[in-house]
Formats: sequence, structure tokens, C-alpha cells
Amino acid sequence: MNNNLISNIIRFLILIFIQVGLFKNMGYYSLATPFPYILFILLLPIGLSNFMLFVIALLTGLTVDAFYDSVGVHAAACVALAWFRIFFHRITLDIDAQESLNTPSWGNMGFKWFGTYVVLSTLAHHIVLFFVEVFSFKNFLNTLSSIVLSSVFTIVLIFIIGIVTYRRKSRLAS
Amino acid sequence: MKNLWLFLVRYNAFFLFILFFVFSIVLVVRNNNYQRASFFNSSNAVVGSYFKKINSWKAYLALADDNQKLLEENALLRKQLQGFLAIDTNSQIQLIDSIEIDRYDFTVATVINNSIHQKSNYITLDKGSSHGVHANMGVITSNGIVGIVENVSKNFSTVRSLLHPDIRISVSLDSVSDAFGSLVWGNNIDSRYAMVRDIPNHVKAYVGQPIFTSGYSTLFPKGIKVGHVIEPEVISGESFKEIRILLTTDFSKLHHVYIVKDKLAEEKVSLEALNKDNE
Repeated sequence: MNNNLISNIIRFLILIFIQVGLFKNMGYYSLATPFPYILFILLLPIGLSNFMLFVIALLTGLTVDAFYDSVGVHAAACVALAWFRIFFHRITLDIDAQESLNTPSWGNMGFKWFGTYVVLSTLAHHIVLFFVEVFSFKNFLNTLSSIVLSSVFTIVLIFIIGIVTYRRKSRLAS
Repeated sequence: MKNLWLFLVRYNAFFLFILFFVFSIVLVVRNNNYQRASFFNSSNAVVGSYFKKINSWKAYLALADDNQKLLEENALLRKQLQGFLAIDTNSQIQLIDSIEIDRYDFTVATVINNSIHQKSNYITLDKGSSHGVHANMGVITSNGIVGIVENVSKNFSTVRSLLHPDIRISVSLDSVSDAFGSLVWGNNIDSRYAMVRDIPNHVKAYVGQPIFTSGYSTLFPKGIKVGHVIEPEVISGESFKEIRILLTTDFSKLHHVYIVKDKLAEEKVSLEALNKDNE
């Protein structure tokens, strides 16, 4: 448990620092911008209570907002991501797995589960993020292309991070 | 009562989601409505000093570029100085309004955080209220304009960049015709281009024509070059036309900027405020 807490804090610090120091400066005009910091929320322990999850997601969002000068936008997207995460875990994991404090990483869950998890979660996060940022349905196609291109960018980066940090352990979902 | 409680517990994820999501949206809306100095932005001390540290490393990579820019600016200033020295004071009497000579103060600041990929872009500078910076001052660079100061803390300030959908700057087409319009970013995608709106239809613009600041607001001195026309008529057939311009400021390579302080700003603003009172 203690070990888990420390590794999550370290993961938080590293991902936020890389996000605002490096990925903030990357992008294809303003169409595609990557946000791989969401990996932190995806990799929180599975059995975390819903309330804690939402609080952590909100704080993560506000931290990123502070660096992007966009109060509330990332916070809203991270909260939506947390909700999607709860939903996804409930329908894909069995009860035992849902109550363990394991990290839902590539090595623990296998590629099929982790891949679906990352792709769908990133889409959910980016859809909320860009619509809250624009705050209207004007230029719908423009926003939509931002969402799709940015999601591809983010997903690729998350998989690269996944490959670099891959460690095969037990399999919780097959 | 018990059933209600069970219902809430059963769907707690959903209700918690609604609670937290509404909280975030309230933050977004509040921030959009009032540009008040809030805690969660990059002019606060923790975020500001982190960006400052990163920038101290990045600055090395841009040294050659910066030197080149300074040399070019020096050359330009030297050329202008030559012009002043060459005026023969015997042949004509020069009358220069001394209040205009000393009207603007320029404070040098370093860009410690910059973004060009967002929908609303902001810049953080390493000068704050302790250096005499306050909100609503213009920011320029050696070859163009950058934005308007929005929030100020003790040692840092955030600037609303020209690449922000809510920014409008008064510009004139050239010094001869004095037709003026408002400069906006417009396309929200490319940091190199911007639009000039509300140009009267009878004014003819041509490709390559320079655009200058008009000096009507207290933000920027008159006659700073903003960009060049590349598409003289984006929308035509209405009473006003739009012009697409190529900006002279390279937003992806901002390092040193000048914050403009207009000494007559207070006088002008308070005089103009009287007009609104009378309406």
C-alpha cells in the first residue's frame, strides 16, 4: 500500500513535469496537442474509492490548468475521465479484481484490455476537454478534427511510455 | 428515506461526477466572465518559478538567434539616429512636442512561458508589480506586437497573447490613408497569420502593404509595424471588408519583449470615461 502510494506520487510528478515542460510545446498548429498526463489517472489503483478518485482527478486537472492558464477546462475533462474509468472498470473487471489495489498497467492487464482502456478513455477525455474549451457547438468539424488528431497523438505517446515502462506481472483480466 | 439513500449509494459515481463536473464548469465560466487574478494561473509563485527554471535552460538554445535579432535592431536604431543627426537645424525650424518624446516607457522582460498551440494562448513574463507592471499594458517585441498584460503578481505577469480569440487591437493600413480597422487572430489555427476586420470598403489594400498600430488606444504607441497584407479581400460585397495579414512577430520564437508604459494613459482614460457618463 505504502509502496503503491509513493509510486503514484512519483508518477504524478513526472507526468505533470513532462506535460508542461515538453508536451505543451509540441503540436501540429493548434489542431493536435498531446495530453499524455491522463495516464496518471488511468493508472491509479483499481480499488480506489469513487470519491477519492474524483478528488484526485479534480486536483490533477486543476494542476494542469494552472500551467495552461485555462481554469477548470482540464479539471472538467479529468472528472469526466474519472467517471468513464469507473464505468469501464465496472463492466470489464470481475468483483475480485475491482476490489484489489493493483495498478491497471499494460503488464498487469495484458495488451487487449489495456489498449481498449487507453483508446476509449483518451477519446472520452479529449471530447470533454475540447468541447469545454470551445464552449459552443460552433465550428463543430474543426473541434471534431482537433479531438481525433489530438487523441491519436496522445494514444501514441501513452503506448510509447507503456513500452518503455513495461513490466509483465500477474494477469487480472484475460 | 432509506430508499433514497440506497439509490444515492447505488449510483454514487454518477452523482459525484455531476457534483465535480459542475464545480469545474463553474470555474470555467467564472474565469471567462471576469478576468480577475485567480490563484490557479501561471502568474502564481510556484508555477512561475518552475517556468522560469525551464526557461533558463531553454534560453541557451536561442542565444545565437537572440544576438542576431539584437544586432538587427541596433542597426535599425542606428539608421534612424543618423536621420535625426543629419537634419540641418539652420534651414528649418523644428518644433517637437516634448510631451510626445517622453510619453512611453519600455520595460524589458523575458518570456518564461509561451504557448501557440492552444485556442486561447497566454504568455508569462518575469516582470511583475514590483517592477511597475500592471494590467492592461501593451507588450511589444523588436519587430511587432505581442499582446496585453492581463494578470500581475509580485514578480510575474501573464499576457493575453495576440493569438487569443478575445483580443482586438486598433490598427491602421498605412500612415497615408489612415484607414483603420481592428486586428484579431481570426482563424484560430496558425500562429503566423491574423485578420484585420472592419476596414471600410472604399479603402484599397494591396498585397505587401504594411499594417501599423493606430495609437488610438493607450496600449501601443502609434506606428509599430504589425504585419503585411497577403490577402486584400477575404470577404467582399458588404460594407466592411476583411484583410488577411502575415504577422511580423514570430510567436514561436519569443524571448525578449518590451512592456509599454504610457505615461498619459490615466489622463486619456479618465477623460474618455466622461463620455460614457454623459450618455
